[in-house]
Amino acid sequence: MLKQYETVFIATPVLSDAQMKEAVAKYVTFIKDNGGEIVHQEDWGLRKLAYPIQKKTTGFYHLIEFKAGPEFIGNLETQYKRDERIIRFHTVSMDKHAIAYAERRRNKISEATAPKAEKVEKVGHKAEPKAETKAEVAEEETTVKE
Amino acid sequence: MAQQDDIRYLNPPTVDIKKKKYCRFKKAGIKYIDYKDAEFLKKFLNEQGKILPRRITGTSLKYQKKVAQAIKRARHIALLPYVTDLLK
Repeated sequence: MLKQYETVFIATPVLSDAQMKEAVAKYVTFIKDNGGEIVHQEDWGLRKLAYPIQKKTTGFYHLIEFKAGPEFIGNLETQYKRDERIIRFHTVSMDKHAIAYAERRRNKISEATAPKAEKVEKVGHKAEPKAETKAEVAEEETTVKE
Repeated sequence: MAQQDDIRYLNPPTVDIKKKKYCRFKKAGIKYIDYKDAEFLKKFLNEQGKILPRRITGTSLKYQKKVAQAIKRARHIALLPYVTDLLK
């Protein structure tokens, strides 16, 4: 049975865009060739590291979600270790909550690209009733004082 | 004997009403803590980047373990520092 995994790796910042794409393609094909399937991919681009790794302060992050057998992970990680372009990697297996979260996250990202015209209208409607309630409260207070 | 009404203070005595702490994950129904969301995890770190104890954040044991796990993962992939000064 295939399990779902999520892997993040950091590639050295000295790579050019084409080299980075090639590195990503290598791992994607490696997963596919070993009977895995890609669920989702995300490129975070060049990011600053929180602390230096191999004297580098930035790195290209790439996230791959995939389904594979558990015996495959060892092979993937040896590939990472042998690859000098990869300065850090991290693979986690996903439970049902993680899978649900990942799906919601994906939807959010796709929504963020969509226009936000509707939200602005809703805010405008909400503001009106609040003003009314304030006026009512003020009236009540005056009656109490009398 | 001075009666209760006779005692007056220049400033009203401030009695702290302790706010009950609660586990934000239980309250909001969060089941999974994402290690990729460094900004969120920073709420559970102090200025040196150390994990805050449960007695301060109010997180339940079950989720404190998950928070700790997520922070450690985030540190490994350099989204959070292991040691630092003036985080935040």
